[in-house]
Amino acid sequence: MQEEKQSNSLIKQILQTISDNSLVPFLAILTAVVVGGVIIAFVGGNPILAYRGLIEGSFGSTKALSETAVWATPYIFAGLAVALAFKGGLFNIGAEGQLAVGAVASSLIGYALPEWLGYDLPAIIHLPLAVLFGVLMGGLWAAIVGWLKAYTGGHEVINTIMMNYIALNTTSFLLNGVMKDRSPTNVIARTPLIADSARIPPIFDGLRVHWGFILALLVAFGIWWLLNKTTVGFQIRTVGLNPDAAKYAGINVKRIIILTMALSGMLAGLAGTIEVTGLNYRHELGFSIGYGYDAIAIALLGKSHPLGVVLSAFLFAAMRNGATRMQFLTQMPVDLISMIQAFILLFVAADAIVRYIYRIKSKGERVVLTRGWGG
Amino acid sequence: MDWKRFGFIALIIVVLFGTVVMIGQVKQPPVLIITSMLATTIAVATPLALGALSGVYCERAGVVNIGIEGMMLTSAFFGWLGAIYMYHIFKIPPSISIVLGVMFAILTGMLMALLHAALSITFKVDQIIGGTVINILAVGLTGFLNRQLFFGATSVFKGSVPSSPGVLPTIHVPLTEIFTSVCGTSASCLENLAAINRVFDQKPIAISAILLVFFSHYVLFNTRWGLRTRAVGEHPKAADTVGINVIKMRYANVLIGGMFAGLAGAYFTIESVPSFEPLLTNGRGFISLAAMIFGNWTPIGAWAASLVFGASQALLINMQIFRDVIPPQWSFLQESYIVGLTPYILTMFILTGIIGKTTPPAADGVPYEK
Repeated sequence: MQEEKQSNSLIKQILQTISDNSLVPFLAILTAVVVGGVIIAFVGGNPILAYRGLIEGSFGSTKALSETAVWATPYIFAGLAVALAFKGGLFNIGAEGQLAVGAVASSLIGYALPEWLGYDLPAIIHLPLAVLFGVLMGGLWAAIVGWLKAYTGGHEVINTIMMNYIALNTTSFLLNGVMKDRSPTNVIARTPLIADSARIPPIFDGLRVHWGFILALLVAFGIWWLLNKTTVGFQIRTVGLNPDAAKYAGINVKRIIILTMALSGMLAGLAGTIEVTGLNYRHELGFSIGYGYDAIAIALLGKSHPLGVVLSAFLFAAMRNGATRMQFLTQMPVDLISMIQAFILLFVAADAIVRYIYRIKSKGERVVLTRGWGG
Repeated sequence: MDWKRFGFIALIIVVLFGTVVMIGQVKQPPVLIITSMLATTIAVATPLALGALSGVYCERAGVVNIGIEGMMLTSAFFGWLGAIYMYHIFKIPPSISIVLGVMFAILTGMLMALLHAALSITFKVDQIIGGTVINILAVGLTGFLNRQLFFGATSVFKGSVPSSPGVLPTIHVPLTEIFTSVCGTSASCLENLAAINRVFDQKPIAISAILLVFFSHYVLFNTRWGLRTRAVGEHPKAADTVGINVIKMRYANVLIGGMFAGLAGAYFTIESVPSFEPLLTNGRGFISLAAMIFGNWTPIGAWAASLVFGASQALLINMQIFRDVIPPQWSFLQESYIVGLTPYILTMFILTGIIGKTTPPAADGVPYEK
């Protein structure tokens, strides 16, 4: 009886949180959809048909739903990466680079480890190894920026962006060189296919959605638990809210900054890893481009809350997935989606605009990231 | 801007130039290599210098502008698009279309800056998020229009990208002509003179960038406008008390910054090459922010820092030219992906503050509340 009551109030609490926090994002999406519709009409398209195509393409059939979940998987991981960093007062623009590094690292383990050892590994060892190595490399890639921030004050915004370019150059170097797929017909910068033992199986036969999607949902819950129920999570949030207060409370701020960046990078690395082991079975150059910005948009739209991130990841995935159908119905280019997403982000970030349009009172909370610069 | 900093800049440039001279001397005389590298350095540093100036104006007035990258990208697109429309649709002669294209680019930069100003000054959005919004919007907007306007069903260009009216011409500084008499009949002297002359033969935006650097330095530190701008960025409350309109000053400076970013955008599609491709700015907006920081928020310092990045790009270009004469022990220099890392690693190195701490304007990034 007691337990039932508790779980009831928990559900109530969750619903309350959702309705409190989702009004402005919802209105932001609505406004962006209207603005997007105006633009479609302006360039000579039919907005109703375009949006119908989007919805049909993303939710219209079992296959469409499966594809939406496939798109959502890396979005959830990458969105969580940015959201976690936000909670710690850090802005990780480098999800894209960390994702690429993770993907390269796990595809290396995926295709090369059996060759090095000279025998095939069982999946129960090979798959976790491939995933772990990708996660660790992603984490390490971001931890460098965390270390620079903690010990030299070099701002993470510029450093993560620089690390993106370094990652892009390095992966180009590797994928055009030592890691290139040597099969005679290949001209693309990509790795060989990973071994069967390093692949995540699909959930249903005939559909592409794989267990990585379930893992994404579990990790989202794990991050919520980490942030809200553990000491480390509390320390991360405290450093994010007020580094000075955290210092006086005896928290090792430098350590937490490095840890937050490392965790964030691990999540982004996981996004790349899961795409390799669960979907593409290899890493191809250019695949990672654009994920970094999408991840920022998803984290901001989800208000850095894990549940919010999952929901916004679904929205973005649905838009990406439905875009092909929209293009088929209305001849609107797929790039339209990027623009609508940019408008969503604009209205979410500048919630003051949305509040102004719909006359909603502000609660007085504001994200603060801009705290001094470089040098 | 202290001497240690300038010394570091000079050192890096000497090292980068020295590497190229060392490798290339079997193929070309050093004078030729150094002058051609100097010319390239100045040219490719142009968007960085202009971007850094954009940052200096914004941040001296207290507004962090991480959206320079996006402003450059949109300006590059609309400048190029404007020139094409003027030339193909309105049948305006190419030279005038190009100049109008530059105007469009500057205007676009201003409009994007207006959005940034509204977000960060009026709506008090966190300025780094506001700048990121600008960057993402720029990618979406240019990507969409670049396809829709040329390949869309209602496109006036009916599915093809028309040729742009061209690029801005090089302005010849007649050094050779003026100093011919100094050389007499010495052939090598004449050759050297011609080589040196090449450093000064730059295109209009590159030349105006250098002039604007010194002009901005004067404006910021020797005029009433500059004093007010700095006051608003250091201590807005005090500035407000003595009757300076903080909001107006900030808006004005962010808009000026946008014009500079717009001119930088014009460099890519109207001065450097006559074409546009998605994401063509390739992080140069962010590198110019690093140049601004390393230049300690002064125009001349920022320009000097952007020359370092220009030199590292000149290194990359020259390594391609001298590819076949790179000695085996330096073979990693053949890999453009590895040499291409130089500006990014330099940026991170500079940001560590090892070369000396910099101080941003005290109210940088803080919205003003009365």
